[in-house]
Amino acid sequence: MAGEAAVKVPYREKRPFDYSQYIRKGKLPHIWCAGCGHGIVLKSLLRAIHASGLSKDEICMVSGIGCSSRTPGYVDFNTLHTLHGRAIAYATGVKLAKPNLKVFVATGDGDALAIGGNHFIHACRRNIDMVILVYNNYIYGMTSGQASPTTPQGMVATTSRYGHIDPPFDTCEMAKAAGATFVARGTAYHCQELEKIFYEAIHHKGTAVIDILDSCPTYYGRLNKMKSASEMMLKVEKDGTVPVAQAAKLPPEKLEGKKLRGILYRAERPEYCEEYFKLIERVHG
Amino acid sequence: MERKFIQGNEACSEGALYAGCRFYAGYPITPSSEIMEVMSVRLPKVGGVFIQMEDEIASVCAIVGASLGGLKSMTATSGPGFSLMQEGIGFACMAEVPCVIVNVMRSGPSTGYPTGPSQADMMQVRWGTHGDHPMIALTPSTVQEILTETVRAFNLAETYRTPVVLLYDEVIGHMREAITLPKEGELEVVDRARPNCPPEEYRPYDISKGEIPPLAAYGEGYRFHVTGLYHGEDGFPTGNTKLIEEANKRLLSKVEKNREKIWKNEDFYLDDAEIGIFAYGVSARSAKFAVKELRKKGIKVGLLKPLTIWPFPDKAVREMAEKVDTIIVPEMNLGQISLEVERAAGGRCDVRGIYRVDTEPIHPQQIMDAILSREELTLPTELAERDMTDG
Repeated sequence: MAGEAAVKVPYREKRPFDYSQYIRKGKLPHIWCAGCGHGIVLKSLLRAIHASGLSKDEICMVSGIGCSSRTPGYVDFNTLHTLHGRAIAYATGVKLAKPNLKVFVATGDGDALAIGGNHFIHACRRNIDMVILVYNNYIYGMTSGQASPTTPQGMVATTSRYGHIDPPFDTCEMAKAAGATFVARGTAYHCQELEKIFYEAIHHKGTAVIDILDSCPTYYGRLNKMKSASEMMLKVEKDGTVPVAQAAKLPPEKLEGKKLRGILYRAERPEYCEEYFKLIERVHG
Repeated sequence: MERKFIQGNEACSEGALYAGCRFYAGYPITPSSEIMEVMSVRLPKVGGVFIQMEDEIASVCAIVGASLGGLKSMTATSGPGFSLMQEGIGFACMAEVPCVIVNVMRSGPSTGYPTGPSQADMMQVRWGTHGDHPMIALTPSTVQEILTETVRAFNLAETYRTPVVLLYDEVIGHMREAITLPKEGELEVVDRARPNCPPEEYRPYDISKGEIPPLAAYGEGYRFHVTGLYHGEDGFPTGNTKLIEEANKRLLSKVEKNREKIWKNEDFYLDDAEIGIFAYGVSARSAKFAVKELRKKGIKVGLLKPLTIWPFPDKAVREMAEKVDTIIVPEMNLGQISLEVERAAGGRCDVRGIYRVDTEPIHPQQIMDAILSREELTLPTELAERDMTDG
């Protein structure tokens, strides 16, 4: 179901939005560098959560290791900061133990697609209800700029000084192929659009994967001679993407090298926890 | 009183269900898979959750997640899977999340001989994950004990907010024996302490009211943070060197300080023994038989069988060492526990090992022959040297 119309988020209160109602007291400032997009993504997420009407007690946020994985420490939910790559496996346990919780996974391109790749595809296969936010900044930021599974070919990282030769993963294609029933891409630059994607993902039943294009000016930017964080955002996030609705109307040459943005795929398929609890009813006698 | 003729691994599942386990996540591996198969049948019938994960790493992570969701949780595996679980076990130690991990030992290293038993994960259980950490590990040696020790494993995990490993070898995992199923209420079942303070006052690592703080469950109004980083009493990361040191020491001391309550041993003909045997798991069965036979010949032999191997039963070994001339340690490895016995004996007596790593259990005759001839006995520390000269 590609090329959907824009989603309207029903706001319950006017802006300026009070983020502090969701932020833990005394836990800021965060660890993210100046120019990093993670804070923008978090703001979009909190606005979407607010619009969805979920209470803080109903939310669990689980993360692995990396810059984006520090998010749970800042937000006033049930939060779990786990091992590198394993957030989805922990989240699976939490969700099955407490199926009424809305589970979010905050993970990065390395955390989700390299060390955690197995858990990522198996969560998608099960279609277990959770929203997986892949903060994709093409690099391992926390460990100072090594190449990740999404580093584009030819780009420089501290472990690919001569230009990266590995082909990258496409998070969305991978999620879809593995069975995720909600697949979307947004960017930190398009923060309002991202908020709407989050809102839709929250209301989706099943595994929702959002590939969030984000910037790491400290490592990816400096190593690849991008002058500033704003230049990165414009080049990679704004000019490097096309809304999926618009893409259908564009000639192929205008789409070359561009990534599609928006809700790329949505399907209905039985959700894992619901199926399990049906099984319990069936055998319970 | 219900008698049942069942396999060790099935008894483990019975024990887990009796203890109130309501979440199992696992991955198939010989020789532990029967535990998983039984749990997949039984858990849904009691409203519990069973999930087959994509690997052992995911399994140990999922049980910790479910335990934080308030369910008593377990997984079971064998050597290769247990190796994969080490980081997750360390997380459970650090975050102080109760859970039970069963390791049915097979021959290693690596894939080894998957259907052949061993007792060679004794040290990995203690020190497998990185960093100084607490460890409780239990070593049943009969099918009945597998059941009761599984219940005790859950009780200890819940009491001390820490992972507990149930450790036995393939022989007793696959052995069938007639056992008595405990009636409801017959065995003690412990549930973790829950907070009774208002949610806004809850601090998941606050030790001001006791060294084991109550653990809330996610989704019940207590919004708290859990991390594998060093953390303060509020659960949030800290870089305070004093807090880090205190936290590391407390992690170990909460188990060490309570070791008298965690230890459990069986004494067999030890009172007047001149030769002591220290044996666990299947080797303890052979040792018991050997003791009976040797006693018939008038040889004063006795057995100390630990049901708690970690924390190590130093006190019981020291007391035995004061009475006997020699302690013999038969084990299906190349001397992992005999070195611990030697340490605990502290020079009070000789310590000798009988080691077997050909995937066959140590037979009673081997122990009897060794005691009668004393020739097959090995000093814990001279093994490598002896093997080189033999070669």
